[in-house]
Amino acid sequence: MDYAIKIDHLGFAYGDGHVALRDVSLAVQSGAKVALVGPNGAGKSTLMLHMNGILLPGSGSVTVCGLRVDEKALGKVRARVGLVFQDPDDQLFSPTVFDDVAFGPIYQGLGEKEVRVRVDRALASVQMCDYISRVSHHLSVGEKKRIAIATVLSMEPEILVLDEPTAGLDPRARRGLITLLRTLPQTMLISTHDLRMVAELLPRTVVMDHGEVVADRPTAEVLADTALLEAHGLEL
Amino acid sequence: MHVHFLDPYKPRPSLIHAFDPRVKLVLALAFILAVALTPIGAWPVYVLLFAVIVSVVMLSELGVGYVLKRSALALPFVLAAVPILFTAQGVPLLAVPVGPWTLTITVEGLQRFITILLKSWLSIQMAIVLAASTPFPQLLVAMRAVRMPRLIVAVVGLMWRYLFVMVDEVLRLLRARTARSGDPGLPGARVGGSLAWRARVTGGMAGNLLVRSFDRGERIYAAMAARGYDGEVRTFALPPIPTGQRLILGIGLAVLLLLVMLGYLV
Ligand SMILES: Nc1ncnc2c1ncn2[C@@H]1O[C@H](COP(=O)(O)OP(=O)(O)OP(=O)(O)O)[C@@H](O)[C@H]1O
Ligand SMILES: [Mg+2]
Repeated sequence: MDYAIKIDHLGFAYGDGHVALRDVSLAVQSGAKVALVGPNGAGKSTLMLHMNGILLPGSGSVTVCGLRVDEKALGKVRARVGLVFQDPDDQLFSPTVFDDVAFGPIYQGLGEKEVRVRVDRALASVQMCDYISRVSHHLSVGEKKRIAIATVLSMEPEILVLDEPTAGLDPRARRGLITLLRTLPQTMLISTHDLRMVAELLPRTVVMDHGEVVADRPTAEVLADTALLEAHGLEL
Repeated sequence: MHVHFLDPYKPRPSLIHAFDPRVKLVLALAFILAVALTPIGAWPVYVLLFAVIVSVVMLSELGVGYVLKRSALALPFVLAAVPILFTAQGVPLLAVPVGPWTLTITVEGLQRFITILLKSWLSIQMAIVLAASTPFPQLLVAMRAVRMPRLIVAVVGLMWRYLFVMVDEVLRLLRARTARSGDPGLPGARVGGSLAWRARVTGGMAGNLLVRSFDRGERIYAAMAARGYDGEVRTFALPPIPTGQRLILGIGLAVLLLLVMLGYLV
């Protein structure tokens, strides 16, 4: 089987000893779009930070595109996995929107023309073309979020890992994002509290709570299981 | 993201840790003052002061090695005192030829230099023990309790807070950059970009850091002001200092005074 993401018995504890992930196993096929849901503090963001080696496994292993995520593979992994942080301030670090969106492609060694094409295309996908020379720091939260998504789209990664992509977006931007994500061919792992988007966009849902995977089923089944939803503080 | 590695406080179940922060603050400041007042070349007194600090370190259970290692931080500052070796008037000890000049080290110069070395080393050790055995917020409370000017205490407190805010921002910026530093293994592509571009990115990040830290500082201040902050950190009324500790405070101050006086006799 050709898995884009394969997580085996992953365990992780933060520096202060707090155990955030316990024995998480998950396999995602190439091209699949998977939702990751669960209450605050379930460990969703922690799991996502493992996808491109920002955090490294305490125990178990993470494999993306056939590459085992460890110190040696970091460069290759990061070119294949586009990670959008939950907080857009964690994502943007350059003076202008252009610099930020162009960072990934330039780093990968692409030529100037190709970089410009990619930046324009990425900004167009999130309907932010007019913002190209703005100072990223002064944007509104929703604007920042959209630029944050553009910064990884411009890298054209094989896997998109999005942490709460619709949080803070207005209805039109949310709708635009859902349409965009539907058209993109990439494998996606999306953590979210937006179950209506999950119902619309993501055929498979993984439920996490207390650092563990408690359900991994087709979305329709999960959303119909009111006992499960209630037990883990979810609401449609 | 939060940084804890900067915080000098090291919890230990020791006598020193359990002391009232006001007592610790006053005794530590008195110790440093005593060290400063001890005259040049009063070696026996320095030995006694050293004995005092070693006992305090042992009582604090921080480990002599830990305190010594941290106190090495003070060494670079001592370099500032090197010219004293040559400028002090007195009996010549050694001539060092430097190009066309000859620098003469005098006995007095050497004495002064070693004294300064010892003074800074003793003082810094006491400061280390104080910071490692008292949580910072308690130190602030103690500063207020011993009537340090409110402005100074507020500035020290905010500096401490913002130091962490800034380091937090640095870590966030670095993590954002690493997350997108990918190498797809394209043939012929120069991964990492040109040196000039990398320098520009780093420069941009530095600028970003300043703006963001400043903004976050403002927001934190607004949050504090919104909840009624007026420059004064309010806490519960401090309990009175227990009699035993008052006694120790008195004895400690007396001993230090005695040591300084001894310094002028020897
Ligand atoms: N840097 C950290 N140090 C220590 N503990 C942390 C750290 N970051 C997160 N945690 C803890 O790990 C657990 C999982 O956090 P995580 O951010 O993965 O949750 P989440 O599922 O993304 O929640 P949310 O829906 O609120 O985004 C939480 O209990 C959190 O307190
Ligand atoms: Mg999260």
